[in-house]
Amino acid sequence: MDKKLCIREVVAMGIGTALFTVLTTVQVPLGFVPNTALQPRMAVLAFMSAVFGPIVGGVIGLLGHALGDALFYGSVWWSWVFPEAVVGVGIGLFARKYAIKEGGFVSTKTIVFFNVVQAVANAIAWIVVAPVLDILVYAEPANKVFAQGFFAWLGNVIIIGILGTILAVAYSKVAGQSRDLKKED
Amino acid sequence: MTRMISYEARDTWIHRLTGFTKLMFFIIWCIVSALTFDTRVLVTMVAISAVIFAMSRTEWKQISAVFKLLMLFMTLNLFFIFVFAPYQGCEIYGTRTDILHLFGDVYLTKEQLFYEFNVLLKYLNIAPAIFVFLVTTDPSEFAASLNKAGVPYTFAYSFAIALRYIPDVQDDFTRIRNAQEARGIEMSSKASLPARIKNVAAIIFPLLFSTMDRIDVVSNAMELRGFGKKNKRTWYSYRRPGKSDAAVMIFAVLFAVAALVLTYYDGSRFLF
Repeated sequence: MDKKLCIREVVAMGIGTALFTVLTTVQVPLGFVPNTALQPRMAVLAFMSAVFGPIVGGVIGLLGHALGDALFYGSVWWSWVFPEAVVGVGIGLFARKYAIKEGGFVSTKTIVFFNVVQAVANAIAWIVVAPVLDILVYAEPANKVFAQGFFAWLGNVIIIGILGTILAVAYSKVAGQSRDLKKED
Repeated sequence: MTRMISYEARDTWIHRLTGFTKLMFFIIWCIVSALTFDTRVLVTMVAISAVIFAMSRTEWKQISAVFKLLMLFMTLNLFFIFVFAPYQGCEIYGTRTDILHLFGDVYLTKEQLFYEFNVLLKYLNIAPAIFVFLVTTDPSEFAASLNKAGVPYTFAYSFAIALRYIPDVQDDFTRIRNAQEARGIEMSSKASLPARIKNVAAIIFPLLFSTMDRIDVVSNAMELRGFGKKNKRTWYSYRRPGKSDAAVMIFAVLFAVAALVLTYYDGSRFLF
């Protein structure tokens, strides 16, 4: 990739953001922790970042979260928008290693590596960045924001770990298939 | 799925501002609102937001559903602040005045009420600004004005694509969900957690894969038309910034400076 973004990345940023924004309202209630829900859109963000890299991932996280907040909730929680970009960039940094489009995302090693990366990226985003911003901007009580941050981290790691991994494996299998003709026996 | 806010063409001076001016105003507004905790500044901001909202001739029904949801979230948030830290306000303002004994050793204090009132104001002054921005800004014009303001056109264009494709992806989503529900997939909390994740996957899978196809189709089409070959492009919906754009920008900057001076001149963002 040279300095200029290639066309696919421009389009992926745009349509990825649209998809992320639309999925804002799709939530899976956790049940045992009140008022928290798993966000399937996080799996989509992880997938897009893993396929298209850090710039696309970061933009989808930032723009998608801000747009989703604005369109569906009428307010933008900036302190939770920036961590989303952190997750996208963090997962995207290692896009080459996963080699999803080349069909490399099938070995156990890669899958474990992807999940370690996503757990760390989510930890930085939700246990460090988000609570700190909440305290700086809204002067909210530290124990509240760290509790929130912890559950956000847990929820996101679960949904990306399950749904994100399944999506990446499935896409890798389809996209990496050889399209050459095979000689019939 | 009609409770989303969307652009509506009208002819007010706010609609005629360029998208870039409105974005700048919005960002300055957010920064000031994030930095200040001064009640005078916050009340002024809520009042100005309300005036702008009225001038944009936005109808209540365009935003009522979203507004109610926002109110619900704010109430929950304020409630949880109290549950986690009933004396946060006392810590910030350094005094404690009990009004009401609730239970055990938990008291409702004046400082806590005042602090939570300020948090509420901080949310309230952003909401009308967002409503007005979304309802009065034409996405294509917005992308054009972003590019003219120095944002590389590839980024401006991807933003335009995002806004352009939200309704399409939303349609896809609704269609796929209806189809899966017709096949008996349970989306509510009646199913167990693993089952719920599996059911959501049944929607996300086709949606994501059709989105990947769409990315291919659109980027092929753009490549065939030579997108990205030149360093500049022209925009059909570009509008020249006028006098009112300059006036709004000057007002925003002056307001921000005044608000921040008023907030910080006594050395703390909380006291006045």
